[in-house]
Amino acid sequence: MKKSKRKGVKIIFTETLLLVSSLIIFAPIFLAIVMSIQPPEFVFSYPPRFLPQGFFPKNYSDAFKIVPFARMMLNSALIAVLITLGKLITGSLSGYAYANFKFKGDKITFYILFATLFIPAEIVLIVPLFKIVSRFGWTNTYWSMTIPFMASATNTFLMQQHFKTIPKEFEDAAVIDGATKMQYFTKIILPLSRPIIAGAAIINFTYAWNMYLWPLIVAMEDRMKTVQVAINMIMNAESSNNWGIIMAGTVIALTPTLILFFALQDLFVKSLVQSGIKG
Amino acid sequence: MIKKILPYLLLIPTFVIIALFIYYPAYESFSSSFYRISVFGNRKIFVGFQNYLNLFQDKDYINAISFTVVYTSITVVASIFISFFLALLLDQKVPGARIYRTLIFAPYAVSHAVAGALWSFLLNPVVGHVNYLSRILFGIQTQWLTTRPYAAYSLFFASIWKTLPFNVIFYLAALQSISSEVIEASIIDGASSWTRVWKVVFPLVSPITFYLVIMSIISSMFQSFAIIDVMTKGGPGGYTTNMIYKLFMDGFRFQKTGLAAAENVILFLIMMVVTVIYFTFAQKKVHYQ
Repeated sequence: MKKSKRKGVKIIFTETLLLVSSLIIFAPIFLAIVMSIQPPEFVFSYPPRFLPQGFFPKNYSDAFKIVPFARMMLNSALIAVLITLGKLITGSLSGYAYANFKFKGDKITFYILFATLFIPAEIVLIVPLFKIVSRFGWTNTYWSMTIPFMASATNTFLMQQHFKTIPKEFEDAAVIDGATKMQYFTKIILPLSRPIIAGAAIINFTYAWNMYLWPLIVAMEDRMKTVQVAINMIMNAESSNNWGIIMAGTVIALTPTLILFFALQDLFVKSLVQSGIKG
Repeated sequence: MIKKILPYLLLIPTFVIIALFIYYPAYESFSSSFYRISVFGNRKIFVGFQNYLNLFQDKDYINAISFTVVYTSITVVASIFISFFLALLLDQKVPGARIYRTLIFAPYAVSHAVAGALWSFLLNPVVGHVNYLSRILFGIQTQWLTTRPYAAYSLFFASIWKTLPFNVIFYLAALQSISSEVIEASIIDGASSWTRVWKVVFPLVSPITFYLVIMSIISSMFQSFAIIDVMTKGGPGGYTTNMIYKLFMDGFRFQKTGLAAAENVILFLIMMVVTVIYFTFAQKKVHYQ
């Protein structure tokens, strides 16, 4: 009796703490969405309010007037999709090489790749990377924002680890049936790896969509800028602090990845833990 | 024949990119840090370690280093402890745990720039909710983003908020993998919940803590750029300028190419040290191959 009572108290205690902390943590996103659909009178009311009243979409159309948002969303989407595809292709090819082949130099090349695991070149190497990209004449192009990031150690390891779990018998059977190594890769391995590929895809997409420093540097023309950079442009343009419009821009920037996350949370979490990719 | 070269062909795309956009720039940053390059980039003069000497005589750079240390340690320590605590709560599987988990994980999906914008709003002295609460609760009413030391606090809030979910996700996974027998044994031994957490559970997840500390250091040293750029722009008066922000200003705003090259080498070296530390200590626990 006493024990179950104590257990009850513990549950209520945990429940309360979780309720409060999850509301606090989610509040910034919630308030941004609220403010983005409210008129200035609401945003500037004192004391500040939490729950929306009515619907005021003008903030969004204003945000589109301050910066070429449609174009910027297209840029962000295109860049994120290209980086994701690139990383999946290079990662699955090299993962296949390490998982299914023994070859001269496999160890040493693996370590060369391994050493880059934590290096976010788009941040840690911006100065020389910018120099190289300028030499290629790639400033203000999609090339500079995609190609340098189309391979990563993490994707290779993720694929390699998964491919190794596929039973060797499958390969033997495929060889007996006369399949080439590449046919075995495209017809057997890739279809069997759909969940891992999907998981890597959403994590890569989120990372690419959320990049900030590199696009800020290489895209000098407005038509090449991304939505993340647009947030700061709107904040600087709205010196009168029209927070409704700023929050509209912010919501546009956060929505795609947030929806993706809400829709595929379990896959997200599982792949993130498996790969240890820092998003 | 084709069978023999196939693995090499498979590696080409990855290694071309790694070589061109990681190894070559790394080499380039080292070599160019020993030169002074004229404004138009057409003349290179070998100056040895002069760029480094200039850098360490630059008071702004010393300030940037110390702010980086403060910013990184506060963010990492706070984020690790809060996230461990949240993961413990989420691991209790109380009713509604899934909804709480979703809400707590949500900031993972948003960018650092978005985190900066959200917290700029919340701390705004006119419209911000956090500013309002801090006034009501603690009597603090200030221009958060433009005064000392509040500009730094503002960045800490945004950074901790942004890095929390990643850490919670990993801690929660680690806690779920601890066998219930270990926990039950410690209950039988009569350990109180508090001792159990710190003497049994926390040591059991220490490999994860180690990994998360490394990842959080990287995140708050480098990814923090977006938060600083959106919220304080390194101000007031360079007060919240950390090393990556200083590098950006010197290299891309003031065109101090020599200094920026040396700064870039230092950041890259720090990154390498962190990587080496990670692999030296994690080698035994983590097997990638």
